[in-house]
Amino acid sequence: MEKKIVATASLAGCFGCHMSFLDIDERLFDLIEIVEFNKSPINDIKKFTKQCDIGLVEGGCCNDENVHNLIDFRKHCNVLVSLGECAIMGGLPSLRNWISLKECLDEAYLNGPTVADCNEKKIIPCDPDIPKILDKVYPCHEVVKIDYFLPGCPPRADLIWNALYALATGNKLDMPYEVFKFD
Amino acid sequence: MGNTVNNVIKRYSGDETRLMDILMDIQSELGHLSDWTIEQIAKSLDIPKVSVEQTVSFYHFFTKEPRGKYTIYLNTSVLAVFCGRDEVARAFEETAGCRFGSVTKDGLIGLFDTACIGMSDQEPAAIINEEVFTCLTPAKAKAIIAGMRAGKTVEELKGKKYGDGQNSNPLVCSMVNNNIMKRGEVVFADYETGSGIRKAVSMSSSEIIQLVKSSYVRGRGGAGFPTGMKWEVAKKAPGDVKYIFCNADEGEPGTFKDRVILTEFPRLVFEGMAIAGYAVGAKYGILYLRNEYRYLRKYLENILDQMRDENLLGNFIGGKQGFNFNIKIQFGAGAYVCGEESALIESAEGKRGEPRDRPPFPVEKGYLQKPTVVNNVETLCSVVRILVNGSDWYNSLGTKESKGTKVISVSGDCSKPGIYEIEWGFTVNDILKMVGAADTQAVQVGGPSGSCIGPNEFPRELSYEDLATGGSLIIIGRRRDLLKDVVLNFTEFFKDESCGSCVPCRALSGMSKVVLERIIEGKGTETDVAAFTKWQSIMKKNRCGLGQTALNPIVSTIRNFPELYKNRIKAGDDRLCPAFDLDKAVLDYETATVEAR
Repeated sequence: MEKKIVATASLAGCFGCHMSFLDIDERLFDLIEIVEFNKSPINDIKKFTKQCDIGLVEGGCCNDENVHNLIDFRKHCNVLVSLGECAIMGGLPSLRNWISLKECLDEAYLNGPTVADCNEKKIIPCDPDIPKILDKVYPCHEVVKIDYFLPGCPPRADLIWNALYALATGNKLDMPYEVFKFD
Repeated sequence: MGNTVNNVIKRYSGDETRLMDILMDIQSELGHLSDWTIEQIAKSLDIPKVSVEQTVSFYHFFTKEPRGKYTIYLNTSVLAVFCGRDEVARAFEETAGCRFGSVTKDGLIGLFDTACIGMSDQEPAAIINEEVFTCLTPAKAKAIIAGMRAGKTVEELKGKKYGDGQNSNPLVCSMVNNNIMKRGEVVFADYETGSGIRKAVSMSSSEIIQLVKSSYVRGRGGAGFPTGMKWEVAKKAPGDVKYIFCNADEGEPGTFKDRVILTEFPRLVFEGMAIAGYAVGAKYGILYLRNEYRYLRKYLENILDQMRDENLLGNFIGGKQGFNFNIKIQFGAGAYVCGEESALIESAEGKRGEPRDRPPFPVEKGYLQKPTVVNNVETLCSVVRILVNGSDWYNSLGTKESKGTKVISVSGDCSKPGIYEIEWGFTVNDILKMVGAADTQAVQVGGPSGSCIGPNEFPRELSYEDLATGGSLIIIGRRRDLLKDVVLNFTEFFKDESCGSCVPCRALSGMSKVVLERIIEGKGTETDVAAFTKWQSIMKKNRCGLGQTALNPIVSTIRNFPELYKNRIKAGDDRLCPAFDLDKAVLDYETATVEAR
């Protein structure tokens, strides 16, 4: 059987979902028997070199770089999966959605207690090389079409393994209640 | 202020289950319910502050902020919009000098939106300090604001031209019109006061239940539960104290039949409640009346007094030993979900109007955990007639499975909107002809929670076996933008009215609005449209009818008018979301960084 090609990325996430991914432990050896990794922090491939079968995206979009990355993933991955709370609903970063961006920037760079004295020129970083921050944090499916959602913060290793295994082999997803039960 | 709180609470003997009345009375004296007032109420009733707070925050007509000496609640329903509500709103805003949702700087005038106020055949309508103003125009709106500035009372503002029938009664004095266009044989027929009770006292309670059962009368609120069976269960339910509720919280946009029945035949309704009490073994009745109909309060309370004087209520009713029954009026405070019977009971107990888990059903454990029958206004009227005229007579009306008549509220694009009492079995086409509707694009049957049907379904007949309805038809002409003018309005309505208890209803009613808006803007995808159908099955898990039907406006139009959606979806790459606009999303950042420089 031809190996499925997998890409992964962490956008506005904490890499916790990727850590959980590594928690599949020795099953990593089983995994590389059935998939090949393309662009991913796991193998440090920075750019897509071919069309992929499966894309796993951790984190939502908090800046324009995230958006470009996500669109790139959508174009290069036949099946795109939102991995974890932040990708699915914005997660922790989206707590700022209740506050205007102007207020956030003001607090972070201009008048917050830890910056007020040291930012004399009142600069908000805006170099063309750094990503532009979005007005709010968007879950991935509000930017591109997402095919599947794996819930959890992070999703359990077993859920990630079962989902990847099912997608790679075409088998039905084995999803016992325990792997997505959170309380 | 402290005195007001104490006096009102004393008036209700410090009974926390009367919290709705307490809050309403205090608010009408103080204008609003401040944090301080809420704290005083909690202290006096010896309940946690949060218990008071949660009731205050649940209902639309309770407010923690002052809403002006004159408070204008302008209806936002589809029917109001059809009749030029937006122009009227603009006139109010321009003349008053403040936007909807706010109060003028001098605190004189407050402008607020409100959901359907039961005046769909005389829109645009507004409630101003508990008085109803109908058929508003921009010119009238300007005159009203000018009058307020000149210090006129609301009485003076509404003028001396009163509506038809009892709307002109000295205790009502309202410009509201009944618009009874067709009288049927059950509700709007000639009625001799006391006739139902005189018949009832000649029968045993079991005989009455048997008669009601053999009439096959079913609940007229929409669910269609057999009334006789409900009474029988309540009668058999163990309990020394039982209650009869009349559900007059008709909040379904487009429905206004109960208002007209209560205006013209309140005695018929109250007799029906007393008979229900006699049959079930209940001594107490509560008419749960929506706050929008508060202008009927004095009139209805006077009728209750008269009926007590006439021995049609009170003790030994009709001279019968042991037939004791009294009725009080409980007002709501603006919440559609309270039309659901268990939410209505919660509300009458002074709490948030959140539907209960069932079972147990209200007939077993209802108001104050006692067996409770909740019947619709129209159902109770039918029962009186059945007692007087017999079940054979009743069975001769209607169709095989739907006996009797149905009072329907007709509104929208037709020349004769109003109240029609028709036998079950009329087709939609028959009705359209009767009400003078031409060039009809769609008919919303049973309000937003019902379904939206197109011409190919107009030959269907109104009946429980075919097209069931709680009693309203909204006629939508060809010139309307069905999606934008109607479906979006209904979707917003459900989002606003969700009590928030069940997650699917709370979350999906809001998401539906977002997705529908982007479809209307031409930025939706096929995936978006398909999502609604998936969500519909999740919505069925909600606890009450509101949540279960909140997506009906969308799902029924996807089913019956698929081209409305298809025409708005651009063909192309479905894998990107056209609604996401990166330029717009970075605009705030660009502005902020430029400003900082």
